[in-house]
Amino acid sequence: MNPHGSDAATLGGRAGSDTAAVELVDLSFAYDVRPVLEGITMTIPRGKIVAIMGGSGCGKTTILRLIGGALKPKSGSVRVDGQSVPDLGPEALYHLRRRCGMLFQFGALFTDMSVFENIAFPMREHTDLPEELIRDLVLMKLHAVGLRGAAQLMPSELSGGMARRVALARAIALDPMLVMYDEPFAGLDPISLGVIGQLIRRLNDALGITSVVVTHDVYESLKIVDYLYFVSEGRIVAGGTAAEVRQSMMPFVRQFVDGQPDGPVPFHYPAPPYREELFARVD
Amino acid sequence: MSIDAAQGPSYWLRRLGGAVTGGVARVGYATRFLGAVLWHTPHAFRRIHLTLREIYFSGVLSLVIILMSGMFVGMVLSLQGYETLKRYGSDEQLGILVALALVRELAPVIAGLLFASRAGSAITAEIGLMKATEQLAAMEMMAVDPLARVVAPRFWGGVISMPLLAALFSAFGIFGGYLVGVRLIGIDEGAFWGQMQAGVDFWPDVTDGIIKSFVFGAAVSLIAVFEGYDSKPTAEGVSTATTRTVVISSLAILALDFVMTAFMFRGAA
Repeated sequence: MNPHGSDAATLGGRAGSDTAAVELVDLSFAYDVRPVLEGITMTIPRGKIVAIMGGSGCGKTTILRLIGGALKPKSGSVRVDGQSVPDLGPEALYHLRRRCGMLFQFGALFTDMSVFENIAFPMREHTDLPEELIRDLVLMKLHAVGLRGAAQLMPSELSGGMARRVALARAIALDPMLVMYDEPFAGLDPISLGVIGQLIRRLNDALGITSVVVTHDVYESLKIVDYLYFVSEGRIVAGGTAAEVRQSMMPFVRQFVDGQPDGPVPFHYPAPPYREELFARVD
Repeated sequence: MSIDAAQGPSYWLRRLGGAVTGGVARVGYATRFLGAVLWHTPHAFRRIHLTLREIYFSGVLSLVIILMSGMFVGMVLSLQGYETLKRYGSDEQLGILVALALVRELAPVIAGLLFASRAGSAITAEIGLMKATEQLAAMEMMAVDPLARVVAPRFWGGVISMPLLAALFSAFGIFGGYLVGVRLIGIDEGAFWGQMQAGVDFWPDVTDGIIKSFVFGAAVSLIAVFEGYDSKPTAEGVSTATTRTVVISSLAILALDFVMTAFMFRGAA
């Protein structure tokens, strides 16, 4: 396991760049002048689940937005299925997005539509399938996430875990080649957490899709992912398989895996010396 | 002494300049936004059920407040108008006064103000909440343009609803004026309706009102969808955007009303 992004080369070498679903090379991004990502290089092979981990505000979700074409990088390249995402025009970008699914942190279900209508939404928008076929497909997707019986419920009637499962069913509605998960485990009870984790693994294997999971839940991720990248302050600081991560002695990885409050990521926000500040004269 | 007050004139000049350029940039952004909405208009009409749904939410659900307000305004107008006309012995002209005041001025303006408060704020809040809960982002990631799917139908729903609401406001206002003037005060019913029929012309009286209500509908709908779409995705951001919709729409209606009335007045002269 090599730090500072060189793991991307290891993983890429293992999978082969021609089989990569997503490739980020020397990617940098900034909001105005505030740098968010610096020199990110990673390869996400087809059919695999790759987790991008890091603390809050480290730039994980920004990576997903760059992959989805919602943001344009300052420098570097983003390739999805061989296509350079920042260079795509609106039409081509929408065409690419039709082959991608995304699970948002809190589901982002359409609150004025029932569960059934939410999952039928992408089918109705992008296909001319007859209503009977849409009905069957929606029920199949709902069955896959165990919520066929909730088809007529409204999003407000769902628990957090159920909403996440419905959103997952919607993300795979058009049988995408790539599914992106933005904090799929956030705020879930232990049972829902396990259910979502297993669904991500099962659906990935059954449908042959590629999954990118952005999360800070190291325990749940280690159970399901093929590879992990650790991001801190906009850079990849470590990466490896689940087994490598468990055995790693790198201070950052150990702090993250063991949930230690202090370490390479400090407990204290930068401040003047404590004693100096306490005894400072206040005018 | 506050920090701001301690700054020199150059500080205030900079702030003023920033506010002006910021305002101009926002108007430019809103104009581009209007262009994008108009570009997606065919989508709103090709999938007419989306626009009809918005006409229901903006128009039909505003009916109670519009009709009740129209009737009360007509009743008050009748009372006040009678008092003034009676001084000059022209109380039989009450019908024409009520009708002209409503059709040319009060119905478009008051219905517009009520529409901004009832439907405009609801549109802003709905779009703002969709943004805050990432529903718009989810739509984009599903390769569905929110401008076409969410914004354009709401804009056109408002534009179509507003003239109809203003017309109903006028109708109920005239009915309210009739109840007070004829039934309560006792003005001759034939004179009330006859004067109105003789004194109110479709062109320009009624058409002026229609043009005004159409323009107010477009202004309120644009402000409502723009503020919602541009709101910060937080609870505070949505609340601020909703307030801005009501305030800016109300001022826009009154300012546009003055400009249009001035043009129409010259035309009539």
